Amino acid sequence: MTQIELPKYSAKDFATDQEVRWCPGCGDYAILAAVRKVLPDLNHRKENYVFVSGIGCSSRFPYYMGTYGVHGIHGRAPAIATGIKSANPNLDVWLVTGDGDGLSIGGNHLIHMLRRNVNIKVLLFNNRIYGLTKGQYSPTSLTGHRTKSTPLGSIDHPIHPISFALGVEATFVARCTDVNKGGLNVLPDVLKAAADHRGSAFVEIYQDCNVFNHQAFFYATEKDTARETTVLLEHGKPLIFGANRDKGIRFNSTRLEVVSLENVKEDDLLFHDETDPALAFLLSRMHHTQGLPEPVGVFYRVNKPCYEDMLTEQIEKSIAQRGEGDLEKLLNSGSTWTVSE
Amino acid sequence: MNTPVSAVDRKHTTETLEGAVIRFCGDSGDGMQLTGGEFTTTSAVFGNDVATFPDFPAEIRAPAGTLPGVSGFQVNFASTDISTPGDKVDVLVAMNPAGLKTNLADLKAGGILIVNEDAFNNNNLKKAGYARNPLDDGSLKDYKLYKIPISRLCEESLAETGMGAKAIGRAKNMYTLGVVYWLFDRSLEPTIKHLTDLFTKKKNQPEVADLNIRALKAGYYMGETAEMFQSRYIVPKAKLAPGKYRQISGNEATALGLIAGARLAKKTLTYAGYPITPASDILHFLSAYKNYHVKTLQMEDEIAAVCAAIGASYTGDIAVTGSSGPGIALKGEGIGLAVMTELPIVIVNVQRGGPSTGLPTKTEQADLLQAVYGRNSECPCIVIAARSPGDCFDAAVEAIRLATKYMTPVMLLTDGYIANGAEPWLLPKMSQLKPIEIQHPTAFNAHSDEAEGEGNNVYWPYLRNENLARPWAIPGTPKLEHRVGGLEKAQNTGNVSYDPMNHQRMVDLRQAKVEKVVQDIPPTEIQGEKSGDVLLIGWGGTYGSIHAATERLLNRGHKVGTVHLRYINPLPPDLGEIIRRFKTVVVPELNKGQLIRIIRDRFLVDARGINKVQGKPFLISELVAQIEAMLPQPRVERAAR
Repeated sequence: MTQIELPKYSAKDFATDQEVRWCPGCGDYAILAAVRKVLPDLNHRKENYVFVSGIGCSSRFPYYMGTYGVHGIHGRAPAIATGIKSANPNLDVWLVTGDGDGLSIGGNHLIHMLRRNVNIKVLLFNNRIYGLTKGQYSPTSLTGHRTKSTPLGSIDHPIHPISFALGVEATFVARCTDVNKGGLNVLPDVLKAAADHRGSAFVEIYQDCNVFNHQAFFYATEKDTARETTVLLEHGKPLIFGANRDKGIRFNSTRLEVVSLENVKEDDLLFHDETDPALAFLLSRMHHTQGLPEPVGVFYRVNKPCYEDMLTEQIEKSIAQRGEGDLEKLLNSGSTWTVSE
Repeated sequence: MNTPVSAVDRKHTTETLEGAVIRFCGDSGDGMQLTGGEFTTTSAVFGNDVATFPDFPAEIRAPAGTLPGVSGFQVNFASTDISTPGDKVDVLVAMNPAGLKTNLADLKAGGILIVNEDAFNNNNLKKAGYARNPLDDGSLKDYKLYKIPISRLCEESLAETGMGAKAIGRAKNMYTLGVVYWLFDRSLEPTIKHLTDLFTKKKNQPEVADLNIRALKAGYYMGETAEMFQSRYIVPKAKLAPGKYRQISGNEATALGLIAGARLAKKTLTYAGYPITPASDILHFLSAYKNYHVKTLQMEDEIAAVCAAIGASYTGDIAVTGSSGPGIALKGEGIGLAVMTELPIVIVNVQRGGPSTGLPTKTEQADLLQAVYGRNSECPCIVIAARSPGDCFDAAVEAIRLATKYMTPVMLLTDGYIANGAEPWLLPKMSQLKPIEIQHPTAFNAHSDEAEGEGNNVYWPYLRNENLARPWAIPGTPKLEHRVGGLEKAQNTGNVSYDPMNHQRMVDLRQAKVEKVVQDIPPTEIQGEKSGDVLLIGWGGTYGSIHAATERLLNRGHKVGTVHLRYINPLPPDLGEIIRRFKTVVVPELNKGQLIRIIRDRFLVDARGINKVQGKPFLISELVAQIEAMLPQPRVERAAR
C-alpha cells in the first residue's frame, strides 16, 4: 500500500481567522496554544480532526481550531462526539468541556462515553467556577466557596474529576495544569499521550479563571510552590517531588505520606503503576491542603476494546454471516401472500 | 357480522359473512397478544383484509385476575375493504372474569361469547368484582354464550406429553385459538409453522412447540366433535389490489422505511434511541438489521440520543432518533441545535397518552403542537404524519427525503395505535422508489476577497441553494474544515455573528426553508364530495376511522368531503382553497384540539372539533353521530319529505 504523504503542518494550520474572545489572561489561551502546537506532531490528517464542545467558556474552543468542529449544547458534547465517532471511526475526535459542562449538566453523558470507551480525547478545563454565566459555584468548587450564588459559602461537597473518571471506567486518566512556572509543564506530553491512547482519554486541566476564581490553582502553577505541591507520575518510577527532588511519597500501611529522601531510600518509595486502578484512585485523593502533593501526568492507562470498533465489527460479522442486506428480500420476509389480478 | 348466507354441511350450518370482529381478552400472562396476532396472520395470509387493535396494560404483569391486568387483542377481518379494527365486537373470547367484565360492553347484542368456564372460580370472580357468577345468573342471556372448560380440556389433552402443569397451563391460549379457528374455518398451518419457527428453530425448545401445536389441534377438534356450536362462519377473501402482501405493524414499517430511505440515499443509517413505550420496537427491529449497514446506538438518555443523531448527521450519515412524547420533550433543545446547525435528522414520535408518563401503552394524538411549536424561540421543523401501519414506511422514506433535501430536522408523527396495529401491506418495489440525491461538496464554493487569486478559494457552510438548503460537507474532506454550532451564524460564511440584521435574516431563512417544502407536496386528495356541507380534516392514525365514517356519511347522502393530511408543517398549499368550498370545517382529533388551532390560525376559519382523549381510537359510529349532529338533514331524507 502506498502511503500518501502527509502535509507538514504547523500550529498556524490549526488556527482560524476568528478572533479569540476569552478574557485577557485566561488560562484557556495557554491550552489552545499547546493543542495547536501538539497536533502537527501527531501525524494525523488535519481534515480528520473534529473538535466538539458543549457550552461554557472552554466550549468556544472549536471556533478557534482550523479543523472540523461542533459547538453543541450544554453538557451534551459527549453524546454528539459519540455520534460522530460512530458514524466515521477514522476521525480524530476531541472533546473540550469544563467542570460545569462536563460534570454538572453533562455528567451523565460523560459517564457513559467514558465507560463505552469511545475513542475520543476529553479535555476538561477545571477552574472550579462558572465563568460564562459570570461566577456561580461549580461542582468542583470547594465547600465554603463564596460566589454570587453562594454568598454564605457553598454547602456542596465537590466532585474529584480524576476519581470520577476512574469510577466510570475510563481507560486513560490524566491531569495537568494550563501553565507551569515551576518547570513541570506536562501539558504537551499529556496531550500526546492522550492522542496515542486507543480509547476514551480523560484529561483534567487545572485552568485559571482570572476573572471569577483567580489563583484557584496558583499553588500548582507558580514558580515558588509548584514543585512542592505537585508530583509527576511516571510509570514504573518512584514518586519524587520538591524543588530539589528531595521528597518522596511512601505507603504507610494504608495511607500515603511524604518522606524526606535524606531518611528514606528511593526503593522504599511508592512506585507508580498506571495499570492499577486502586492505586490510581488513591492518588486521585491526594490534596495539597492535606500536606500531600497533587499528582500530574498519567494516573491510569489500560487497553480495552473501543466502542466504535465493536460497532463496526458487529456489522461486518453480521454481513459475513447473513450476507449483504438485500432490501427487496427484507420487504418480502415474513408471511406474504399474493393477490392476483 | 352481517349478510349471513346460510348453507348446510353434515353437522353444522355454515354462514358466510362479509366480515367479523373478534376480541381475545384475558390476563396479561394469558398470551392474548400472541393469540390475536396468530389469528390476524392466518386471516391475512388467507386473503382477508384485516385491521387490529392490541390493547394491553402498562404493567408487565399486573396481579393475576385483576381488572388492571386485562390484556386484549381485537381483530377485524373481512372480505371487503376495511380501515379500522371495528367499533363493536362480534365474538368475545374471555379467558377470565376480569376480561369479561372489562370487555363485555363492547360485544354486540346477540354476539358470540366464549369463556373459559374453569377460570370463573370464587377467587377470580371476587378479584373481578362479581358478587355472583355471571355465567349462571342469567345476566348474559342476550349473547350466544359458550361455556367451555378450557383449562381442564387443555390439561386432559396434553396429559400424555408428560410436561409440567405450568407449561400445559400456558398452552390454553393455543387451545382457545384452535376453537376459534374451527369456528371460522381457518387453516392451522400458518400458526403451526410459526410455533415451529419460534420454539423449535429459534429457542431450541421442540417440546414446547409440540405442546402448543397439540393444544391448538385439540381445540380445533373439540369444535368439530363436541356438538356445542350450531354454526360455523366463513369470511371469504377480500378483493384487495393485486400484488404481493404481508402483514405489518407501524413500528416495523417505520423501521423498514428508514432502512429503505437510507438505501435510496446510498448512505448508512444511524438510529440513536432510548427505550420508551411504544417506540422501542423501532430500535429492536433496526438492531436486527446490522447487515444492512444499520448502526443502532442505545444511548444513556433521550437527550444523548438526539445529540448522537446530530453528530452522525454532521458526519454524513442518515441520522434518526425516535421516542414518544416525554422523550421528545427532552430532545427539544437538541432539535433546536439541529435546526440551528441546519443538519438533517429525522425524529420519530410514536405518540402515546399523556401528559407526563400518562398512559404509556395507549394511543393519543396530543403531541402535534409540541412537534410544530415545542421548542424555544423561532424554531421551525418540518412535520409529517403517518396514517396507517403500512403508511409508516412511505412516511419514513419521505422524512429522510425532506430532511436531506432541505438540510433541517423532520418530525415524523405516528402513534401507539398504528405502531402496534397491523394491516395487510402491499409491498413496494424498491426499483420504483425515487432515489434520494445527496451531494457532499469536495471543493471550495465561494470566493473570499481576503484571499489572493481568482476563483473559489473558501468553503462557506451557509451558502444556500435554490431550496435555501446549505451545503453538507463532511469531516474528512480536505480543505472544507468548518465549524457549526448553536450560536447564530452569519449567512454564507457561517462565522459566529451577533449582528442584529443577520439574525433577522437567518430566522427568516430557516422559516422560509421549511415553507419551501410546499413545492414537494402533491395535490391534496379529497375523499367524497369536492365541495359541500362539511369538510373533515384529519391527520395521522385516525385515518381509518375518519375514512370509514366518511363512507357511511356519503352513503347516507351527506355532502361530505374528507382530507387526511400527511404534511402538517407546512400545510398543503391547496388546503385553503379546498376549505373555502365547504360550509363547515370539522377537525376530528384524539386530543383537545391541536390541528384545529393551526387551521384556524392559518385560514381564519371557524372550524369545529371532535375531540377524544380516552387512550382509544375513534369509533366510526361516534364520529358519524357527532358529524351528523353538525350537518343539515341528509338529501335523501329531504327528498322524501
